[in-house]
Amino acid sequence: MAKEYLTLREISGPLVLIEDISGVKYDELIELTTASGDKRRGKVLEVSSDKALVQLFESSSGIDIAKSRVKFLGKGIELGVSLDILGKVFNGLGEPLDGSAQIIPEKYLDINGSPINPIARDYPNEFIQTGISAIDGLNTLVRGQKLPILSGSGLPHSQLAAQIVRQAQILGKKEKSARPDVPSEQAGGFAIVFGAIGITFEEVDFFIKNFQEGAAMERTVLFINQADDPVIERIAVPRTALTAAEFLAFEHDMHVLVILTDMTNYCEALRQVSAARKEVPGRRGYPGYMYTDLASIYERAGRIKGKKGSITQVPILTMPEDDKTHPIPDLTGYITEGQIILSRDLHRKGIYPPIDVMPSLSRLKDRGIGKGKTREDHSDLFNQLFSAYAKGKQAQELSVIMGQESLSELDKIYFDFAVTFEKEYVQQDKLQARTIEETLQLGWKLLAKLPKEELKRIRPEFIEKYLSR
Amino acid sequence: MNINNGSRDSVFGVRKDNNKKQSQGEIIKVSGPLVIAKGIPNARMYDMVRVSDLNLIGEIIGLKADTASIQVYEETSGIGPGEPVESTNAPLSVELGPGLLKSIFDGIQRPLDVIREKTGDYIARGLSLPGIDRKKKWEFKPILKEGDEVEEGDIIGEVQETPVITHKIMVPLGVKGKIKKISSGEYAVEETVTEISTENGNENLKMLSKWPVRTKRQYKRKLAPDEPLITGQRVVDFLFPLTKGGTACLPGPFGSGKTILQHQLAKWSDAQIIVYIGCGERGNEMTSVLMEFPELIDPYTKQPLINRTVLIANTSNMPVAAREASIYTGITIAEYFRDMGYNVAVMADSTSRWAEAVREISGRLEEMPGEEGYPAYLSSRLAEFYERAGKVQCLGKNKRFGSLSVIGSVSPPGGDFADPVVQSTLKVVKVFWGLEGKLAYERHFPAINWLTSYSLYLDNLEEYYTKEFGKDWEEIKKECMRILQEEANLQEIVRLVGVETLSGKDRLILYTASSIRDDFLHQNAFDDIDTYTTLKKQYLMVKTILYLHHKMSDAIEEGISIEKLLTLKAKDDITGMKRIPNEEDLPASTQSKQAGNKFLDIQKKIDREIENLKTEDRKQKTEKK
Repeated sequence: MAKEYLTLREISGPLVLIEDISGVKYDELIELTTASGDKRRGKVLEVSSDKALVQLFESSSGIDIAKSRVKFLGKGIELGVSLDILGKVFNGLGEPLDGSAQIIPEKYLDINGSPINPIARDYPNEFIQTGISAIDGLNTLVRGQKLPILSGSGLPHSQLAAQIVRQAQILGKKEKSARPDVPSEQAGGFAIVFGAIGITFEEVDFFIKNFQEGAAMERTVLFINQADDPVIERIAVPRTALTAAEFLAFEHDMHVLVILTDMTNYCEALRQVSAARKEVPGRRGYPGYMYTDLASIYERAGRIKGKKGSITQVPILTMPEDDKTHPIPDLTGYITEGQIILSRDLHRKGIYPPIDVMPSLSRLKDRGIGKGKTREDHSDLFNQLFSAYAKGKQAQELSVIMGQESLSELDKIYFDFAVTFEKEYVQQDKLQARTIEETLQLGWKLLAKLPKEELKRIRPEFIEKYLSR
Repeated sequence: MNINNGSRDSVFGVRKDNNKKQSQGEIIKVSGPLVIAKGIPNARMYDMVRVSDLNLIGEIIGLKADTASIQVYEETSGIGPGEPVESTNAPLSVELGPGLLKSIFDGIQRPLDVIREKTGDYIARGLSLPGIDRKKKWEFKPILKEGDEVEEGDIIGEVQETPVITHKIMVPLGVKGKIKKISSGEYAVEETVTEISTENGNENLKMLSKWPVRTKRQYKRKLAPDEPLITGQRVVDFLFPLTKGGTACLPGPFGSGKTILQHQLAKWSDAQIIVYIGCGERGNEMTSVLMEFPELIDPYTKQPLINRTVLIANTSNMPVAAREASIYTGITIAEYFRDMGYNVAVMADSTSRWAEAVREISGRLEEMPGEEGYPAYLSSRLAEFYERAGKVQCLGKNKRFGSLSVIGSVSPPGGDFADPVVQSTLKVVKVFWGLEGKLAYERHFPAINWLTSYSLYLDNLEEYYTKEFGKDWEEIKKECMRILQEEANLQEIVRLVGVETLSGKDRLILYTASSIRDDFLHQNAFDDIDTYTTLKKQYLMVKTILYLHHKMSDAIEEGISIEKLLTLKAKDDITGMKRIPNEEDLPASTQSKQAGNKFLDIQKKIDREIENLKTEDRKQKTEKK
């Protein structure tokens, strides 16, 4: 079975064409050994009777056509997993990085996973308190959701993600694992899976320090592909990370928060492979199947009926030129259950976190909030806050053109509302964790400045109960 | 060899020698969902084939000499050249019969609940499952008796499939003769319920039948749709109505509420059967439908909504070729119920994902791309799909009518309506609900832009509304549209010179327009009462808003300032109209005094308050004198 081929015919970028092969399967893993004995890995992209097109995960430099040998391994890319992966650092293909000892895998899992049967899914409805008002109050995150942060270069998305990791907690209950073989401190607990995709050493370092400070390192698994690591390996990072997450969540009952940063680099790697294959490009040169490809990553978040664990995904991506209609954020937004959008304007005004609440959205919030989850008035309250902030923004636009004097009395009230809303509600300290009660109270405090008849979106009984003047 | 007891079937490493049978061809190339095979005996276009040792399901989509291009409906990892391909010699078909309702299928009609029983939480490959349960017995009640003459489309008997839907058993196409034997009793779908003697001998009729998905089902003739599909969504029913048998599209950027609106339409529209196709969308959205529909009560039948629903779920991470097939599977099932004489509505969410699947396969076939990489036949394929909608006279001697409405959402990149899928769709559909990101950011839902959207069914429906509500309906609608249009013009002026410079009348327009938007068009899908509004209540709401408008307008003419008028307390009551419960008895045409009275109360309050203002005004004037 371990037949080796010396029949390389063509190398172009990350692609290698091998001839005179037989018995090769689609998507099979290969190992290429160069003349100097270096080993590279790749997978079969296309196979016909006697040719196989292989995409390498590592750089193709140093490979020669005449002497390199290729072995087809008869399996897909797999990740060796056991509970020992917690606290360890791996590269994109799941090999331990320096300082991390080799683990003894309890089993090997194919990193591509399989689609979850929609009927086996359990609807995410448990509120996660992140302690950040703009998220908890207006774009609530729930367990099992995929909620990306759409950011731009130079914006504090890493800080925000780190703050979410530090502060995230479920209100109320503590769960115990039913499995006796799981150490009690890990039972039903949480874990963080961090996938770094082509980000700089400094960013990686920032996250690792954060995990260490929060004493969460022993609950964290890291898959690191830095900016100077092979580009094509980036295609594997989210998949290995999610395979580890699935193992922890659905076999060890953990609530896993997966942070993937930066998905833009992932898509660029995808485009590079597509271009090398000379495929018909879609928008901006990205391949036409990028939606499906991204979906096979993002859809791996969720909960499964009868399983205690969950996978919550917070992918981060930087929008080229802050353009929300760029194919990467656009396709992401069509797959994920909402988005948190950061605004350069707010950032310039010195507001942290610079969350632009208007285009931000959490699609799953309606099941995660309300009586018994957060509070009965939550839904009405955020609708009203949104609507008031939108009116305030309109008033601000008007005043830019005509000056503040020409605004009507009501417009002036809304104008001020928008200013205070940004300063008091959206703005908060990097270390400040607001409880959901505090966030809701803050909302009511701001609404108290509006005329009562303007509160059209709140049920009168809630106004009666919560509006304190 | 590594242990792999994970979720995925491991087939790598299975390297069998060629032991293929006479009836089999052989794979020569694998590239993602596209497989090329040679030497398949009797290969015909669009026939189903079994691919590889895993028995994956595929469909022939191209033939060239001895080789066939096959799109495979399952993940192709681990298959390779040399493995066998066998034709089933039949096109991709759906199974039709009792047991369709309440089911959830994947794109090629495999029941997902059975898949879960067999393979666990993840979807495994190579499963061949019948769409309809073979074992379950159904109570068959004959309608015709022995000796009756029958022809194609005639209903011979019924099965109570769910508490609300009776499944009609019809004589299949091309069968004509005399009923030889028919009897009531409990039957499984494959058992003979009726024997018909025809010219060509005896025909045994079973409840189960099959139909190729890419072929439309037959009917006697098509008619112009003339009845509204009542959806309970105010902006839809009042401004841009759809007909039973009509077509609509709802394009919009992400986050504009396409799926929520599709769910709302699936929940509350007065079609008797709903076929909901989740085509390449989120898994959790299907889960939410699965959780809600058994619990939600249909306002028309007072029964759980699931009893009239068929779900097709091919989520974004499920195989792309099956996604392409899913909308055909869905619409064929819908046509089958239409043929029984039902009003059926199909929701396809989202046709863009279907188009992308078509594009992906086309790209792998190395076809010449048209716009944005989509194949040149995209618009003809879309047109074929939407043309399967319509109101028809069904086959059969008794004159019965059925309708099939199609509502497709479109997800254009960047929300740009110049997208080829949007443009090709607009060429064929009659109703356009344009969803707008800006409205969604302001949390104005449904985020349908009232200025750009349209319905081409207004003429077809005029008669219906006049009959139900009098000429009034059309008039108040026109007035609403006029006010909204004027608001848009006035806002341009306001942006330049400020609101203070406007005349009282113009400022009244601004107020009324905002009232129409916030108090009428805005609708909360998650509020128990607001989620659904009867036509009658819609009518009363608009009447009341316009009543205030006219009264204020008169008052302005009498010299009362707009500032004073804007302090009226009745404004709050208008805001509260959404929370007035719908009438108890449906449909909307029936009178309900209680609900009607609440609207009358508001009108009386308006009269009272304006009268007070006028008296006050007169007093001030006399004092001045």
